[in-house]
Amino acid sequence: METLVIEGTQKTPSVNFDASKGVLEIKGRSIPENSIEFYRPLVEWLEKYKNNPAPKTEVHVQLEYFNTSSSKCILDLFKKLEDIVKAQHEVVINWYYEEDDEDMLEAGEDYESIIKVPFKMVEVID
Amino acid sequence: MNQTAINNIETFIRTKLEDKEHIIAWRGVISSEAISNILIELEEKLLKEKISVKLRKKTYNISVECLQNLYHHCIPLPDAYQTIYPGKYAIFYINLLNKDAYMLTTGNFILQPKVKSMSQKIDKINTLTQEDLKEMYKFILNHQKLSARGGGGLGLIDVGRKSGHKLTYEFLELDKDYYFYVLNVKITEE
Repeated sequence: METLVIEGTQKTPSVNFDASKGVLEIKGRSIPENSIEFYRPLVEWLEKYKNNPAPKTEVHVQLEYFNTSSSKCILDLFKKLEDIVKAQHEVVINWYYEEDDEDMLEAGEDYESIIKVPFKMVEVID
Repeated sequence: MNQTAINNIETFIRTKLEDKEHIIAWRGVISSEAISNILIELEEKLLKEKISVKLRKKTYNISVECLQNLYHHCIPLPDAYQTIYPGKYAIFYINLLNKDAYMLTTGNFILQPKVKSMSQKIDKINTLTQEDLKEMYKFILNHQKLSARGGGGLGLIDVGRKSGHKLTYEFLELDKDYYFYVLNVKITEE
């Protein structure tokens, strides 16, 4: 399965989904006016990946900012990961937040309470 | 056109935007490009302010959401008004209340029937505790689909939640069909 690589922009994050390693990374800012278009290829990639995932999938979400339009798309991605967990594969979501950024930590905790995938909150110290 | 109503709105906008304590004072046609430019300017200015990371991030986050609310909900006025208020005309303004607090103000035109529903929505948000807002946010996040244009009905709830203060608003009448909707959001660290 091909690695999904998307360069980051001022309003959209960089993406690196590597099926062979089972490492999925989203980094940067996610503040497009309409996030559906941006996230569609990510959801489609995960739709295929979940049929034959790596023994362990490590997800790294390191967002500086994201808007509410993106928040629903991110939840859609996490729901695909939930399917992988239901199929008895190991998945962990590492949710990064900057020191003192309680809003970002809380956003991660919101997802953790909705999605049945293990979360690890990772504080990034400058 | 009702010139008195226009003068009233203009006086409001000018008084607001000419306030010297602002860090951003913008009026114009809201577009994706305009939002990008405002956010670049805002980020540069916030980095120069002697404020905590928390307040800087909160201010930027709330600004993103408010600008996108303008982008999604602002409507163009009829042709007769286009020379004064072209396209999806809006204002976006942030001023420093004191060293630990900002006041963010947005303004845009809406249709008269929206006045009631917007008031009700904001009044409802203002009655909720932080815990209620959190639960409401999570419920909508989990149960409501995104509209085709990418709006999710979460914007104002997120603004209320991140602000932690009561939202204030007013509607200035342009004519019987259109109103200028002004939203004020206080931003502090807590």
